[in-house]
Amino acid sequence: MMTITKMLVGKVTDIDTRGSRTFRVNDMEIALFRLSDGEVLAVENKCPHKGGALSEGMVCGTKVHCPLHDWKIDLHSGVAMEPDKGCVVTFDVEIDPNSGSIYVTI
Amino acid sequence: MIAARKKLVLVGNGMAGVRTIEHLLKLNPEGYEITIFGSEPYPNYNRIMLSSVLAGGANMSEIIINDLEWYHSQGIKLYMGHTVTSIDSESRKVYSDKGITAEYDELILATGSNPFMLPIPGADKEGVIAFRDIKDCQIMQETAGSYKKAIVIGAGLLGLEAARGLLHLGMEVTVVHIHDYIMERQLDEAASVMLRRELEAQGMRFLLHKQSEGILGKKRVRGLLFTDGSTADADLIVMAVGIKPNVELAKKSGVQINRGIIVNDYMETNIPGIFALGECAEHRGIAYGLVAPLYEQGAVLAKRLAGVKVEGYMGSVTSTKLKVSGVDVFSAGQFTEPDGSRALRYQDEIEGVYKKLVIQDDMLIGAVLFGDTSDGAHLFSIIKNKENISGREKELLLGISADVFSSTQGNRLEVMPEDEIICGCNGVSKGTIAEAIESGGCTSVGQIKACTKASASCGGCKPLVEGLLQLYAGDAVTVVKEGICGCTTLNRDEIVSEIKRMKLMTVKEVMNVLEWSQEEGCAKCRPSLNYYLGMLWPEEYIDEKESRYTNERYHANIQKDGTYSVVPRIYGGVTSPAELKKIAEVAEKFAVPMVKFTGGQRLDLLGVKKEDLPKMWEELDMPSGHAYGKTLRTVKTCVGSTFCRFGTQDAISMGITLEKQFERLNTPGKVKLAVSGCPRNCAEATIKDFGVVAIDGGWELHIGGNGGVHVRATDLLCVVKTEEEVVEWASAFLQYYREQAGWNERTAHWVERVGVDNIKKALESQEERLALKERIETVLGLTTDPWKQIVNEPELRKNFEAIAQIESV
Repeated sequence: MMTITKMLVGKVTDIDTRGSRTFRVNDMEIALFRLSDGEVLAVENKCPHKGGALSEGMVCGTKVHCPLHDWKIDLHSGVAMEPDKGCVVTFDVEIDPNSGSIYVTI
Repeated sequence: MIAARKKLVLVGNGMAGVRTIEHLLKLNPEGYEITIFGSEPYPNYNRIMLSSVLAGGANMSEIIINDLEWYHSQGIKLYMGHTVTSIDSESRKVYSDKGITAEYDELILATGSNPFMLPIPGADKEGVIAFRDIKDCQIMQETAGSYKKAIVIGAGLLGLEAARGLLHLGMEVTVVHIHDYIMERQLDEAASVMLRRELEAQGMRFLLHKQSEGILGKKRVRGLLFTDGSTADADLIVMAVGIKPNVELAKKSGVQINRGIIVNDYMETNIPGIFALGECAEHRGIAYGLVAPLYEQGAVLAKRLAGVKVEGYMGSVTSTKLKVSGVDVFSAGQFTEPDGSRALRYQDEIEGVYKKLVIQDDMLIGAVLFGDTSDGAHLFSIIKNKENISGREKELLLGISADVFSSTQGNRLEVMPEDEIICGCNGVSKGTIAEAIESGGCTSVGQIKACTKASASCGGCKPLVEGLLQLYAGDAVTVVKEGICGCTTLNRDEIVSEIKRMKLMTVKEVMNVLEWSQEEGCAKCRPSLNYYLGMLWPEEYIDEKESRYTNERYHANIQKDGTYSVVPRIYGGVTSPAELKKIAEVAEKFAVPMVKFTGGQRLDLLGVKKEDLPKMWEELDMPSGHAYGKTLRTVKTCVGSTFCRFGTQDAISMGITLEKQFERLNTPGKVKLAVSGCPRNCAEATIKDFGVVAIDGGWELHIGGNGGVHVRATDLLCVVKTEEEVVEWASAFLQYYREQAGWNERTAHWVERVGVDNIKKALESQEERLALKERIETVLGLTTDPWKQIVNEPELRKNFEAIAQIESV
């Protein structure tokens, strides 16, 4: 059974704007994205298409393009944009406004 | 009371006769008491398959059609190895050579045919055989064990199958043919020549237009003498010049014969109670040698004997299907274009396909197929049924509707099946696109692209998508100007001129000012704008790495499993033992799963984990090979005059000079160079973006080649004398390409789009060339090695590592 855990993974400044960093929890890799407006979002780092590492893709607005075959995934919902169909798991992210610490709920 | 069963005797235990018996047993299982005589000591076997036995595809037991158990279960009395030597048609009895007498009410002669042996001196020597029965196959197999050279006389169906079998047995095989081209009885000349080439490629040799005069050798064959006085060596000669109906028994029994045993439409001979069919029979002047007519005759005869009403045999239209080691050949009917007929031909020497249809009075009367014989059965049935094919001729030839050839694309699209794939990259069918237009309401290519992904990848199918749009949307089509991507309606030239005119300095600024529909653009426009800005403002613009593709951000090629590959720069492909040792040590230390030479003479370390990349670069301490970017990839070289006895110039040092000159250059698409030391062109410079080929006293400069999806040979730009001129022209060409081409447009496409003459014109004045060279040098002066930069800057290096190490949750 997986327990729900909120964990500190790093600081906002550890991630470049429109960049991504990753970390592993058990067998899963999670990608954190920092959008242009400073928002940080977390999704499983695995494109629903062929498992491409989304963290390596190009961030455009609130979406990331998978580096393997250009699937476009919305980082808020985890949903693949039409005409593709699929979804990745998303995780809640909280940022401490004072310290800039990033907390992800798994 | 049971009626006494009639006695049926079959002479000839081969395919035609036994097939008739099988058929008869189905129609009237209890009607006859059956006796069969066969000369060969085997039950009925498939003679056609003998070639497969020789070619190694089947063994003897597999070619038996009816085993002894079958004869037994059907109550058939079988005399194997018995030759019937006489018939007493008065008392209705037959006699075998082994003393058996059998009475008959009905007698079938299915004695088949004998191979025709050329009546030339020496034909009786040891090692001269036919290709007719199991015994011949056994001799061939034994001979191949101890002898080398075989000659097959006759390049017909049987001869070629024998030759193929002998090749398979490891013999050197020469096929001798009296005619100018092979299989002339089944093929026209065009198909024949294609077949011969194919067989030659498999190792068969041919001596055409040769008539045999005598067989050389003492006891055993040693060679073949031709009428023109020439000879050929042979340890085995297989005669496959034809067959003649075996009519001996019939002849001496008073049955009327011509070439074969003469039969009417019910397979009856002139003597009551005696029938004949198969290769020994002659019907309406024709003695058939193929299996299909024999079976048709058998069906008629079986019905006749079973007392079933039957229309007589009307003769057969024959077809031939041959498959020898991957070569498919088909012919049917009158393929030689008799007077009054017309022919349609399709010849594709690239795929090795040839098709010919012969048409007379709107009917198909003959066909030849080579390479692709899949339509054979269909065409053959059309020939046999004498269908009217008016208006369908082209469809039959090409397998697609004739409407395809009408002038408008709309028609072609209209008749295309719904499930045909329009966009090969994304697997989008015509039906899916039609649905997007008709029920999805798409009225532009852009909308179809967004809705179905059709034309979203390589874009090659865009004209078809446009055609479908016209077809299904008609007047509703909205003319949308296509921009470089879905975020803008502006094309490349408009964007570049607006950036220049308004001196736009960042990607964001361009998107704002030029009213991008998506705030942060997409994975297509972002890298484009990043490139154009860098090209226009080399000194001011700060490269946006987040607008580059993964490979260019991580300076390595991402592989399908998320690992990367590392290719260090090896100038001109010249390395040293020390460098190789270092690469080997790094590869071992990081447990690199695969080390491979690339097509561009570099070493590729594949399967590297992302976090290991900076560490490996650090230990390698070599410049990045840029195997991942839209930039100068490699300069491939041959050995040139340094070692090669043909080399006219020092290709290696020219290659290294060019690679050092242009490494790290940002270009619209990747750029590959090569330098060959002589016109033998071992470095394959004529399929490179910029190729240099040394000639005596100078260098040829080639542009716009590509060895990828669409191979394109270069165009010659000019010929120059000195090394400085090579660098000057290369600089000018590359800078002109940088300034003029669209992002992601390789030189091959660009050269084709703008025309090689326009490029020549743009570069013809030296003043212009030097100006271009100065601009490229400015850009090159600002580049640094990306690997070193990442290794030395923790801020960049962090992106290769995980943000946190979490034990477990």
